[in-house]
Amino acid sequence: MQAVEILSGKAFALTVERLCHQLIEDHGDLAGVALIGLQPRGILLARRLRKELQHILGKELLQYGELDITFHRDDFRHRSTPPAPSNTQLDFSLDERKVVLVDDVLYTGRTIRAGLDALLTFGRPASVQLLVFIDRRFSRELPIQPDHVGKWVDSIADQRVSVEWKESDGMDRVMLHSQHA
Amino acid sequence: MSDQLSTEHLLGIKALSAEDIELIFRTADGFKEVLNRPIKKVPSLRDLTIANLFFENSTRTRISFELAEKRLSADVVNFSSGGSSVSKGETLVDTVNNILAMKVDMVVMRHPDPGAAVFLSRHVNARIVNAGDGTHEHPTQALLDAYSIREKLGRVKGVKVLIVGDILHSRVALSNIFCLQKLGAEVMLCGPSTLMPRHIATLGVKVEPDLDKALRWCDVANMLRIQLERQGGDGIGNFPSLREYAMRYGLDLERYQRIGKDVVIMHPGPINRGVEVTTQVADHANSIILDQVENGVAIRMAVLYLLAARIPRSVG
Repeated sequence: MQAVEILSGKAFALTVERLCHQLIEDHGDLAGVALIGLQPRGILLARRLRKELQHILGKELLQYGELDITFHRDDFRHRSTPPAPSNTQLDFSLDERKVVLVDDVLYTGRTIRAGLDALLTFGRPASVQLLVFIDRRFSRELPIQPDHVGKWVDSIADQRVSVEWKESDGMDRVMLHSQHA
Repeated sequence: MSDQLSTEHLLGIKALSAEDIELIFRTADGFKEVLNRPIKKVPSLRDLTIANLFFENSTRTRISFELAEKRLSADVVNFSSGGSSVSKGETLVDTVNNILAMKVDMVVMRHPDPGAAVFLSRHVNARIVNAGDGTHEHPTQALLDAYSIREKLGRVKGVKVLIVGDILHSRVALSNIFCLQKLGAEVMLCGPSTLMPRHIATLGVKVEPDLDKALRWCDVANMLRIQLERQGGDGIGNFPSLREYAMRYGLDLERYQRIGKDVVIMHPGPINRGVEVTTQVADHANSIILDQVENGVAIRMAVLYLLAARIPRSVG
């Protein structure tokens, strides 16, 4: 396994900041917007965005939640072990809310499909947007496209992209892992 | 930390490991959250069919299993022995095989005979969940009891649990003893000597005939139901009268207040109000009787989900 750093430092911070400004551009002061991070790794981006948005806007305006999609996955009984659930923290109705769904890496689109399904059990949102930090282009298995993207990455199937965060991994960076040199 | 159950069926707590039980609890945490959503349903088991076979009366367990199955999106068929071919003399294996011929993947069964679930698991090709077999085991009840203790006190390990009443006829007591011991709790039993199995202390439990002493020892008191239907004949075989039972082994508010600490009160239901517990105790702030019922659905969802994960997908 070989790992190459593809985003870090100043560029990483700018990317997060740009995503925040894109959200403000789209939704104004973010009233009526619910920012929802997908478990397990999407929540790290969502938490960072929330903090950054608070800093930029000078006040807490948006609704924030974390969503686990385990029981909505389409690969139950396709895997050798059942996926284990993480916490869901979503204590408000999504009825008539503008939802921004947040995940770290968009790959096949199956997680997002399950996320949309799980989301709808909390009400009927006015709209749903998808924000991802990394979009692995040309690898979608479902017709799902992001509205906001941190960085596009072209990669092949046996590569893996991971987003690491200061809070949980000690450092802000994006790594591309390859099987072969 | 294991992600998979060590067993293909849930026949009793005895066959589970502490790891299995912890896994069921972790999974139930997830389902408990699902049950608080506006839409309390997930699609995990939508390609499976579950038969609920009840050869003995049940309200709570049956509704709880059925809700758990429906909230996992499984297809459900219900069967009860009244008005069925069982009364025409069909054997258990024949009855179940006929139901399985209609492509049923899992069977939830309650049966009056101890060992019925184990027997069935050896003779039919489906996953079996024991919903109570005679006086033997009632594993999902024990799981939800321990889960409710964990929720209320934050842990099960080291907790002192008192089980009061008809130990002799109680599958709940036996499953609870196994479950609590595997999780590191201490168990004490209390009840009339006629309702105490002779060699029960060999299971490593304490036996205390005096309820007041026992209550002072415990953190949690699980007040079992007097099983009038299993006392033989007119229900007065093992103790002189319900009134005398209530006086010696029932928990009323005065006795509860005499303990001098916040003992958690449990009851597997259905309550004989005024016998095992009085109304004031059943509805006391320290009673978690309705939490037990609520947790029952999440626990059963977790059990069905984890067992279903081990069913190979049929091709074609």
